[in-house]
Amino acid sequence: MRQVTRGTLVIDADRCKGCELCIVACPPRVLTMSRTGNATGYLYPELAPGCTGCTACQQVCPDFVFEVYKYHEPIVSGSDAERMQ
Amino acid sequence: MSIVMTTRPPEAPSNKVASFKPTLLQTEEHHLCPGCGEPVAIRLVLEVIEELGLAQKNVSIIGHGCYGSFIMTMDVDSTLCLHGRAPAVATGLKRMRPEVAVWTLQGDGDMTSEGLAEILHATARGENITCILLNNGVFGDTGGQMTASSVIGQRTKNTLEGRDAAYHGYPIVIGDMVAAMPGSAFVARGSVHNAASIAATRRLIRKGFQRQMEKKGLSLVEILTMCPTGWFVPASGGADYMMESLGKTYPLGEIKDIAATEQA
Ligand SMILES: Cc1ncc(C[n+]2csc(CCOP(=O)(O)OP(=O)(O)O)c2C)c(N)n1
Ligand code: SF4
Ligand code: SF4
Ligand code: SF4
Ligand SMILES: [Mg+2]
Repeated sequence: MRQVTRGTLVIDADRCKGCELCIVACPPRVLTMSRTGNATGYLYPELAPGCTGCTACQQVCPDFVFEVYKYHEPIVSGSDAERMQ
Repeated sequence: MSIVMTTRPPEAPSNKVASFKPTLLQTEEHHLCPGCGEPVAIRLVLEVIEELGLAQKNVSIIGHGCYGSFIMTMDVDSTLCLHGRAPAVATGLKRMRPEVAVWTLQGDGDMTSEGLAEILHATARGENITCILLNNGVFGDTGGQMTASSVIGQRTKNTLEGRDAAYHGYPIVIGDMVAAMPGSAFVARGSVHNAASIAATRRLIRKGFQRQMEKKGLSLVEILTMCPTGWFVPASGGADYMMESLGKTYPLGEIKDIAATEQA
């Protein structure tokens, strides 16, 4: 599937307290909770391609876990610019 | 499913559009509970203070509640005062330093249970201060007991079957009371349960500070904040629970704006 990504995040996963408020706040639903815990044992959000850089996750997060970036040019999935783990 | 690398900023050309924390907060660390709404509300206040150019000329007067620990990390001059007395302390400060933006930070227990007289008298005097009320309908810091703001039917540590009007009385809707008094300039109620409400609440806080700088009188900006711990609900369920309970008794929006009345 061709996926356009306009934004991306830095996620400070170890500060997350696992409340999941960011998961429902994300309009394109590109955040999902991890399966293993962070340093404190909480599950934390992971980002899939398709972020729009809207900042909703950053606004709702009580623990200041997100920093949001907007790409100058949208990234199409499979391209070299995509940051996959 | 594929996962994007998010441990460092992107290499492709980009702009940072949102930072972890507001500039006026010295650290991201705090010990408030998972899913608590108070850090979100405090972020908004600090961002507005910076936007309005008040970073070097504001003083906060902080009540007693979970939010109080931010006095350690907010990069603004602050003083902690006796439970409920923030509007009285703010009165003294503002009268001595009228050029400084003076704001109070109180919870519902602090403002409507322990210090009801102070907010009402400060409003009656028409003090030029901005009062921020974090309303979660409980004494969160002491374990989730009923406050004067707890809504009918609300389960708290000492109303396990729900607040019963016949036995516990009715909630005090402080925003409506303050709005009815001539000394108030701006009264509004926001909420941090989703991104749209957070954006709307930021605009309300902004107006609350602007009316003070215009010397119009007292502003009260009430913000509904989640307290999943005190409500005995999961952190992920706090936002929905809040709008189903507090949200029904405390509708969101502007209650009074003297600027709008003056224009009409
Ligand atoms: C005179 C006095 N009575 C009681 C207390 C204990 N106390 C500390 S915080 C708190 C609850 C505050 O509730 P609220 O203002 O709603 O803040 P929240 O923790 O819910 O954010 C209480 C009762 C105190 N510090 N001083
Ligand atoms: S910035 Fe917007 S689209 Fe991107 S992860 Fe956050 S909420 Fe989702
Ligand atoms: S909103 Fe923040 S603290 Fe809550 S799960 Fe998402 S990243 Fe973690
Ligand atoms: S008890 Fe409630 S108000 Fe206090 S930190 Fe926990 S969730 Fe927040
Ligand atoms: Mg409270």
